[in-house]
Amino acid sequence: MENVESKTGNEAVISIRGLYKSFGEEPILKDINLDVFKGENMVVLGRSGAGKSVLIKILIGMLPPDKGVIKVLGQQVDKLSGKELDALRLRIGFSFQSSALYDSMSVRQNLEFPLIMNLKDMSKADIKQSVDEVLDAVGLTEKIDEMPSDLSGGQRKRIGIARTLILKPEVMLYDEPTSGLDPVTCEEINELINEVQQKYNTTSIIITHDLTCAKETGDRVAMLLDGQFFKVGKFEEIFASDNEKIRSFFNYNFIQ
Amino acid sequence: MKNSRQHKKVFTKALDAYFAGVYKAYKFVARFFKEAFRPPFHVGEIINQCYVIGVKSLPLIALTGFITGIVFTKQSRPSLSEFGATSWLPSLISIAIVRALASLITALICAGKVGSSIGAELGSMKVTEQIDAMEVSAINPFKYLVVTRVIAATITVPVLGLFCGFVALMGSYFNVHSIEAVSLVSFFKNGFATITFLDVGSALVKSTVFGFTIGIIGTYKGYNAVKGTRGVGQAANEAVVLAMFLIFVEEIVIVQMANWIRYF
Ligand SMILES: Nc1ncnc2c1ncn2[C@@H]1O[C@H](COP(=O)(O)OP(=O)(O)OP(=O)(O)O)[C@@H](O)[C@H]1O
Ligand SMILES: [Mg+2]
Repeated sequence: MENVESKTGNEAVISIRGLYKSFGEEPILKDINLDVFKGENMVVLGRSGAGKSVLIKILIGMLPPDKGVIKVLGQQVDKLSGKELDALRLRIGFSFQSSALYDSMSVRQNLEFPLIMNLKDMSKADIKQSVDEVLDAVGLTEKIDEMPSDLSGGQRKRIGIARTLILKPEVMLYDEPTSGLDPVTCEEINELINEVQQKYNTTSIIITHDLTCAKETGDRVAMLLDGQFFKVGKFEEIFASDNEKIRSFFNYNFIQ
Repeated sequence: MKNSRQHKKVFTKALDAYFAGVYKAYKFVARFFKEAFRPPFHVGEIINQCYVIGVKSLPLIALTGFITGIVFTKQSRPSLSEFGATSWLPSLISIAIVRALASLITALICAGKVGSSIGAELGSMKVTEQIDAMEVSAINPFKYLVVTRVIAATITVPVLGLFCGFVALMGSYFNVHSIEAVSLVSFFKNGFATITFLDVGSALVKSTVFGFTIGIIGTYKGYNAVKGTRGVGQAANEAVVLAMFLIFVEEIVIVQMANWIRYF
């Protein structure tokens, strides 16, 4: 339990206890413990292949854990029935590493799709209003009728985030929101993540190996090393450490 | 000694993989039947997919059907005229087209055009995490992508088969008419005199089975595409090869069953 800090008197929205996960013989996550509190941005840092994506896929029930208790919004994810899991997933937004926009649909259809499929009795006017609202939130109102293939990488990321925001999630999971983007676009995405936190009062986990992103968006940072959280705390605390591996991660990123 | 043991290991591994594959395919088909009969039914998307399948393959089926009709008539004429039996041409051609050619040609064309495009489409959706994206927004991707496409293919392929048969007969009439003065009415009258309900019925059953095969194989390969860009091409390719192979197997089985009924 030494990894787990707690904010004063606030209940954890996401709580992970003793999580283990391996693929075949190879252990990826070994005894992960983490609490994320309401309204907090938690950054998970780690090298490529450390198991960051695996961790949040377990949180949303796309991968089963081998062992451990994983609670999101008070519910134990791996114990839910299909229906219960769907109900929970509607309260969680998941922004994919690859944006994962539906490439046969326009931006508008991409945004409408989760609403039409999940909220059957929503009126056309309400749908239109929701679409306009999230597009405005990500600052891409003029792209509404374009196809995803005509958007830049940063725009795709933002539309992807808009698509998850449209269901008004209480929890946001961002998988490498800034990977593959130039520094200016990264900056815009970082701002967007902070705006989302303030405007929608979301609790977020932001997965990244981009230190600028970690510094700007993270209220707290967790460092994933060799399948465990080496340390959880403020950005400066983590990198004040003289652990060899953390130092090299830090140096490498800033030389880049 | 050691070598032979190694061979044995490789062999059992391949066998394991084979049976694991068969089991996975079985689960996929079972899941289809489980989910196909449960709401929501996505009727709009099914109609949309029927349209896509029809538009994609209609021109090619029309062309191939028509040419097959002409060529088959042309090639059969010399052997029949040897016996002075060219008046049998319409009924011979009708039997060939209705019993075998129309449904088979349609199925093979659809396996190539529709099967590969379903495989590639779902494959790229899988590889680019679009299928995962549906899942995390509480949309059942199996229902929305797989069930709709399989049902659409099962409905559309028999309709296309009927169309192909009609066009092929027209092609045949085109050839017959250019040599003998036969009216369209007497051509069809003559041709259909030998066609039974069993012929048409078994052709429709066959087409339906072919349509289901094309849909389920295309979606299976696409839905289980391996990550990476190679996975997409592989899914499309394997969908075509496997669907064509199964279509021939099913053809033999259904013809055999129809013949049992016929001579019962
Ligand atoms: N479904 C799976 N089946 C088998 N192995 C997997 C699966 N998903 C992930 N892995 C393995 O787990 C390890 C961690 O993968 P993961 O995608 O979580 O890395 P990551 O930390 O997100 O890296 P990146 O920064 O490159 O995205 C990798 O070695 C990967 O090969
Ligand atoms: Mg990842």
